[in-house]
Amino acid sequence: MGKKILAVDDSASMRQMVLFTLQGAGYEVVQACDGVEALDWARSSAVDLVLTDVHMPRMDGITLVRELRGLEGYKFVPMLILTTESSQEKKMDGKRAGATGWIVKPFNPPQLLATVARVI
Amino acid sequence: MTIDPDMAEIAKVFFQESREGLDVMESGLLSLGATADGESINTIFRAAHSIKGGSATFGFGEVAAFTHGVETLLDEMRNGVRPVTAEAIQTLLQSCDCLREMIAATEAEQPLDQDRIATLNGDLKNILGERPHDAPVPVPTAAASIEAAANTEAAGWRIAFAPVADLLRLRNEPTRMFAELRRLGAFVARADVSRIPPLDALDPESCYLSWDIEITGQIPRPKLDEVFDWVDSGCRLEISSIGNSAAVESEQAGPPPEAQPGATQAAPPSQVERAPPASAPVQKASGDSGSIRVATEKLDNIINLVGELLITQSMLSGFADGIDPNELDRLRQGLSQLARNTRELQESVMQIRMLPISFAFNRFPRIVHDLSRKLSKKVELKLTGEGTELDKTVLEKISDPLVHLVRNALDHGLETPEQRTAAGKPETGTIELGAFHEGGNIIIEVRDDGAGLNKAKILRKARERGLVPMDQDLTDEQIDNLIFMPGFSTADQISDVSGRGVGMDVVRRNINDLGGHVQISSKEGRGSTIRIRLPLTLAILDGQLVRVGKEVYIISLLAIVETIQVERERVNTLAGRTEVFRLREEYLPVVKLCDQFGVEPDSRSAEDGLLVVVEADGKRVGVLVDDLLAQQQVVIKSLESNFKSVSGIAGATILGDGTVALIIDVPDLIRSAAKSGSGAVAAHAA
Repeated sequence: MGKKILAVDDSASMRQMVLFTLQGAGYEVVQACDGVEALDWARSSAVDLVLTDVHMPRMDGITLVRELRGLEGYKFVPMLILTTESSQEKKMDGKRAGATGWIVKPFNPPQLLATVARVI
Repeated sequence: MTIDPDMAEIAKVFFQESREGLDVMESGLLSLGATADGESINTIFRAAHSIKGGSATFGFGEVAAFTHGVETLLDEMRNGVRPVTAEAIQTLLQSCDCLREMIAATEAEQPLDQDRIATLNGDLKNILGERPHDAPVPVPTAAASIEAAANTEAAGWRIAFAPVADLLRLRNEPTRMFAELRRLGAFVARADVSRIPPLDALDPESCYLSWDIEITGQIPRPKLDEVFDWVDSGCRLEISSIGNSAAVESEQAGPPPEAQPGATQAAPPSQVERAPPASAPVQKASGDSGSIRVATEKLDNIINLVGELLITQSMLSGFADGIDPNELDRLRQGLSQLARNTRELQESVMQIRMLPISFAFNRFPRIVHDLSRKLSKKVELKLTGEGTELDKTVLEKISDPLVHLVRNALDHGLETPEQRTAAGKPETGTIELGAFHEGGNIIIEVRDDGAGLNKAKILRKARERGLVPMDQDLTDEQIDNLIFMPGFSTADQISDVSGRGVGMDVVRRNINDLGGHVQISSKEGRGSTIRIRLPLTLAILDGQLVRVGKEVYIISLLAIVETIQVERERVNTLAGRTEVFRLREEYLPVVKLCDQFGVEPDSRSAEDGLLVVVEADGKRVGVLVDDLLAQQQVVIKSLESNFKSVSGIAGATILGDGTVALIIDVPDLIRSAAKSGSGAVAAHAA
């Protein structure tokens, strides 16, 4: 069984692209379409990595990371945020919320895999 | 980037999603109007943001570039930097249209409309060009100096790295970073352990170490920066090149950005993203139906199979009827359970094809917005019952007729603000579009509070055109419904909005072809209501089984007005061959199914049989049959795909005993009756 990754994005096409790339590399992928859904799932399950978009309805990625860090099982789980702009401000918001790092969109499958490989 | 076949498959999802995103943007922009609350702009922004991110990811650079301008404007509106003006909204709406075309062209691999893109880009730039007073000014940044130093390749680097205590908690493993450094060149790290506290004070989750690292080799500086990219905030990180002490560069990485914004990399102002309000507002769930996308063919296949199951089940029940009932009670019980389960299964499978009518209604705010501007009328559009569900195919086919009806209501129904004021009505007219279920049907109503139909004018015109005999009196309702007759228009001026009176008859024909029914009622000076009744699905039909000789036919219950026993003295023969039947004050042509389909009936004379009065296109005929049998839901099988198209027949079904029964195409039957019989009679019957 490969490492398990929780991928959170409100865009179905981005989710599919992430899913397709990561599954192709042997990871197990769980998907959620916003922060609320991801957090609900995470309360009862564990993962090796969380990958989340920032702009999402209901709960954004930054809030999700902050909430997840509060869960006992997620204290040391690497969390990466996906941001469209290489906006320093957003990255800092992410860091303060407890994100491990970020991936700047647009990214292609090899970039995604390389970044994921840095943390797990 | 290149797109491999799998990515192309995912790109299809992106196209679909972008269209949905554009719908969200459009309806959001339309409702923005005067009140621009943060969350609704945020929703629009998010949709634009997703389109931009996706298009960039899938390699559609031009879409991404164009969306960037849209997104920038929305971002400034969202942050209150840019006022929400009618002009800006109009430009954004046009941008949505343009994006929709760009996406369609990209999907079809067609060239983009560069002129239009350039024009709108210019418009967007114009709006954005009026820089608001507090626009962030680009700051010369550390990033620039890093860039400058980027190409100076040193013989090696010395790195002093003192992370913050909670480094580990963010899962930024020093060992991981060291492994990456080791890949870059020869690497020596010396750990400083002086900060480690006594054991009883030690927090195992904290990091107390710091390191002095030397790495040798021709390593470009950005490679190093990349390794430490994520650890900057709060850590002490000094990187200096070995053997070039003049170029020592010290970087106190990651002071909190609020404290020293200038020291961190500042993005170009157009790209500044601000954090949403700290308490992330909960978006209202509209549009989020938690749905899955399933190909229609797959569903149709399941529906077909369920239909087969239904047939098998009714075959089995028929079989049980013929056997000794005493022994077979349990078989019967089982069968009735099967019947119930089959029906429930069928209903839930049919549900999958059902979509809320909001898919059709969502176009209207934009249509009404654009049209009311064009006509200089003030109108408020009210939508009700958007959640009412109906079959996807019916939904798609009803969309265009609805557009026509709403346009008509706006163009012909509603008066200008001046006329309304003069008539003592509020300046702003109302158009209501509503849907609800009634029985096994869906009712859609288009209601306006405009001038109503001018009955005298309609009647005069109908008489002029010979549609109604001069001496015949019509009820108000009959007069109103004359507007559905072919070639009828009461507009004094032909506008480019509702055309030349080709329309209402086409609308009615389209609705009839769906097995539905439309009628209008109006009060002069008070407005009109158009009421459309449609079956919920085209896959099954509530049918009346009728017998002619040995054949069984099915007539849709929706089309049947009434069924009557024929009295001899009420049947007349016109022109020696066409029989008509007098029903109250109306003369109905009699259609004999036996002649129509060439079967041998029990009796050829009308008074021995039953007359089923059916209606379509506003016309009625009496269909002569030998007997009425059961009423039941039947699964419609296409005759066209299994055999060939037959005039007068809408399809076929398989009855419980395994025989095939044909389903009568009522509108077609009435049309051919009007052709073969006396046209005057058919028109008369309207």
